[in-house]
Amino acid sequence: MAENVSQDEGKTLSHLWRNKESRAVIIQIVTLVVILIFIGLILRNISINLKAIGKDFNFDFLFIPAGYDITFQPILDYSPEDNHLWAGVIGIVNTLLVAISGIILATILGFTLGVLRLSSNWLINKMSYVFLEFTRNVPLLLHILFVHAIITHTLPIPKNAISLNDTFFLTNRAIYLPEPIFESGFWLTAVAFFAAIVFIYYFKIWAKKTQDETGQIYPVFWISVAALFGAPIIIFLVSGSPLSWGIPVLKGFNFKGGLAIRPEFIALWLALSYYTATYIAEIVRGGILAISYGQTEAASALGLRKNRVLQLILIPQTLRIIIPPLTSQYLNLTKNSSLAIAIGYMDVVATIGGISLMQTGKEVETMLIVLLTYLFFSLLISAIMNFFNRKIRFKER
Amino acid sequence: MTEVQTDQNQVRSSREDDDIIQIKEMHKWYGEFHVLKNINLSVKKGERIVICGPSGSGKSTLIRCINRLEEHQKGKIIVDGIELTGDLKHIELIRKEVGMVFQHFNLFPHLTNLENCALAPIWVRKMPRKEAEEIGMNFLERVKIPEQARKFPGQLSGGQQQRVAIARSLCMNPKIMLFDEPTSALDPEMIAEVLDVMVELAEEGMTMLCVTHEMGFAKRVADSVIFMDGGEVIESNEPNEFFNNPKSDRTKLFLSQILAH
Amino acid sequence: MSDANLTPKENYTPGNHPDLPPPPGTIGTIGWMRKNLFSTPLNTFLTLLGIATIWVTIPPIFNWAIFNSVWNVASRTECWDQMAYPNEGACWAFVQNRFLLLIYGFYPEPERWRVNLSFLMLILAAVPILFDQVPKRKWALVYSVAFPFIAGWLLVGGFGLNPVDSDKFGGVMLTIIIGVTGITFSLPLGVVLALGRTSNMPALRIVCVLFIEFIRGVPLIALLFIASTMLNYFLPPGSQFNLLMRVLIMVTLFAAAYNAEVVRGGLQGIPRGQFEAADAMGLKYWQAMRLIVLPQALKISIPGIVNNFIGLYKDTTLVLIIGMFDVLQIGRSSLADAEWSGLANEIYLFTALFFFACCFSMSRYSLYLEKKLHTGL
Repeated sequence: MAENVSQDEGKTLSHLWRNKESRAVIIQIVTLVVILIFIGLILRNISINLKAIGKDFNFDFLFIPAGYDITFQPILDYSPEDNHLWAGVIGIVNTLLVAISGIILATILGFTLGVLRLSSNWLINKMSYVFLEFTRNVPLLLHILFVHAIITHTLPIPKNAISLNDTFFLTNRAIYLPEPIFESGFWLTAVAFFAAIVFIYYFKIWAKKTQDETGQIYPVFWISVAALFGAPIIIFLVSGSPLSWGIPVLKGFNFKGGLAIRPEFIALWLALSYYTATYIAEIVRGGILAISYGQTEAASALGLRKNRVLQLILIPQTLRIIIPPLTSQYLNLTKNSSLAIAIGYMDVVATIGGISLMQTGKEVETMLIVLLTYLFFSLLISAIMNFFNRKIRFKER
Repeated sequence: MTEVQTDQNQVRSSREDDDIIQIKEMHKWYGEFHVLKNINLSVKKGERIVICGPSGSGKSTLIRCINRLEEHQKGKIIVDGIELTGDLKHIELIRKEVGMVFQHFNLFPHLTNLENCALAPIWVRKMPRKEAEEIGMNFLERVKIPEQARKFPGQLSGGQQQRVAIARSLCMNPKIMLFDEPTSALDPEMIAEVLDVMVELAEEGMTMLCVTHEMGFAKRVADSVIFMDGGEVIESNEPNEFFNNPKSDRTKLFLSQILAH
Repeated sequence: MSDANLTPKENYTPGNHPDLPPPPGTIGTIGWMRKNLFSTPLNTFLTLLGIATIWVTIPPIFNWAIFNSVWNVASRTECWDQMAYPNEGACWAFVQNRFLLLIYGFYPEPERWRVNLSFLMLILAAVPILFDQVPKRKWALVYSVAFPFIAGWLLVGGFGLNPVDSDKFGGVMLTIIIGVTGITFSLPLGVVLALGRTSNMPALRIVCVLFIEFIRGVPLIALLFIASTMLNYFLPPGSQFNLLMRVLIMVTLFAAAYNAEVVRGGLQGIPRGQFEAADAMGLKYWQAMRLIVLPQALKISIPGIVNNFIGLYKDTTLVLIIGMFDVLQIGRSSLADAEWSGLANEIYLFTALFFFACCFSMSRYSLYLEKKLHTGL
């Protein structure tokens, strides 16, 4: 029974046991029994200990009002009268919000840094090296605290806000941006945007088909860019610019109107992004270096232009190499977003695992929720990336 | 397009009759190192030239200069009537007409063998895929591995990969083929299959420049053999004379070393 | 083709052409700059941008950190009195003032020699592990293995030394304790987990996979929360573990899961022939592992393991979230002092330099090992 499962190393390893399969079975049974006894003991201890201090194991606490404030809740509404469950949901949304925006920024920064690190320009090359080494060798938590301190300590109070063109205001309370106010008729622009995406999708298929049939090559990339930006802009202008901006205005001690982005979010988002970007840069650099220069030479010798060499030869091969390690960096970023609690950004650890835990004393239940949330995200991201990876991997190697 | 053609004609006026490649007083340096010294060489259409010499003599660098994989710093290189300068248009035009086969094959591992062949016709010659694949299939048949068309390069032996690489270059219908030590990365039993393809190609009248140590091949097909050492052309002669009656001592030494085993 | 094709215009007989200097502007400083800084318009632009960035950032930083900095004063106000305007320069007096606290935490002053001694012993213990040319390495390694226990006794006390409560531990000392403990104990545990995961016994394998994937799927913070809030519930009623011990256990388990994955990669990199050869020699499983497989697998995995150690060392800062006073938290809480508040840049920069020094040397060491491995030594 043992050999069937792992044949590769299994066969040779099992030979080392020289026909003593019975011995393997015994060892396994002993292991399982020991572990089950261990888990059983822990569960028993937990129930005895909880009983001793008068606690029980249930999730009823989720439905009582949380009673604490969450300072940053840009998508869903929350008030202290809502229950712990809803506070937890807000926490999860905040985790996702910072994780997703972090992944986007980290990817952009990481790819840029990785390419700069390979630049033939000596100065740029060395500068990116210094930045990468310094960032990577300092703890992420320190980066987060540092960025947070810079925002809250160096930026002025709202009264003396640094104003950019009287529309953007930098203060230590928040960074205020104009808020888009959609008027009736804006839906046309939104429709145009989605229509452009659909158009690009079909245009790509059509362009490929036309090229296959006639050889004609269309500048798919530029046409896509033009459609993506052009269509919504034209529709927007034609329909009479149905959008206005809510400019933040100083009223009393604080700004009213506009979008307020809290320093906690900005600090966490920036620090997570540039810290993870240094790792992504190293992955990108390694991925590009792994492809031999012969590939570029062979493609150029065939008469392919630089951009086609990139598009047809280098990018497909690089992606295949970098996607698995990239996935684990995305997972790391998501898990690292839990450092939010150090600066008071209310993510899932800070809400359910933090204040709710303190208020209700339900350590076991709340930690269970937090752990399961992260395990779920971890599995989800790996699953998506595995799917993508399988799609672009060579069919045969 | 028209602009390029006039360009081409302008340079063509300076062209001597049948010379498809002209190299005049060409020098190249790697940093301070003088790799190619005063190279003068002209190749007629349909001529087959074998370049040999000890390693580090600059022979690979020389043929890599012909399609501008390396840049020369002094002198002139004129290929098919177009002078090689930093001008990207000239480089592109020349690369379309010059095929190259590398020591390490450099096939694209993420594409099937047929896709490897069809890639350049589709993206450079702007051919319909079907036509490009027909051409690819045609050349894969000529190098005698049509049954491998749908496989990936990684599944092939070295000799088969090199034949795919030759087919890939031929698909662009080049006027000149450059071979940069095409057999030196191969196991001995695979050398013959690649050389057979090259001999066939030579017999069809392709203009060829081969950097190789396969002297049997040189004797059989070469119109002339060039011996290089220390970045210079030491001696150039038709094969019979070259092998039986070498003039320079360095050539004699080299030949004795290479023919000894 | 004949000699007529070769029309030498220069008067050298073939084979006698001298090496000429390259055309001007391709070598020397100018050639180097042309090639490495200004080769294309884009590169020229990037170079200028780089110079501008350096010009804008470096002089102000130097001015702040060095030329306008203030030492040897008693409070922030005194610092700023010496400057043209607040924060014109760094107030290093703050770091100076807190220096001992940053190093020893709240460890009682008369007993601090024990910390110093442990640190010296740590360096002595590390040398034979890091460098294999050490004379009598075998004996030195025995000492290295014994070191954690000796240091534990020195720091905690008892058996003739005054006991020191572990909540007095703090600062650099605490950071190093957590880091070194995690590094020391997570490697053997990681090896065992990796062996379990590659074993041919399904029950063992599943247990190891579940453990490794669980740990790697959740953030360290969550595990530390468990350590601080509910690990005591796991223990038999009435028994208590102090917080430091619980944290050390969690950090070790956490690092072990990551090390297990690196070691597993190393095990998979061992060619089958090695297993077969061990088999042919009639070695038992543990003999084969100990003598043949593991030495090779560990050698391949060393760079990955060192990277994990760097990560672990940086992650020690997370203990501040559950209320421990590592070097970062000592600095952070010093900011709350009214005498010094608002000097975040100084304290964070100091801490950053401390971590940079530790982690950068570790990563250099890893590079050195990698180079050594590549040359097959």
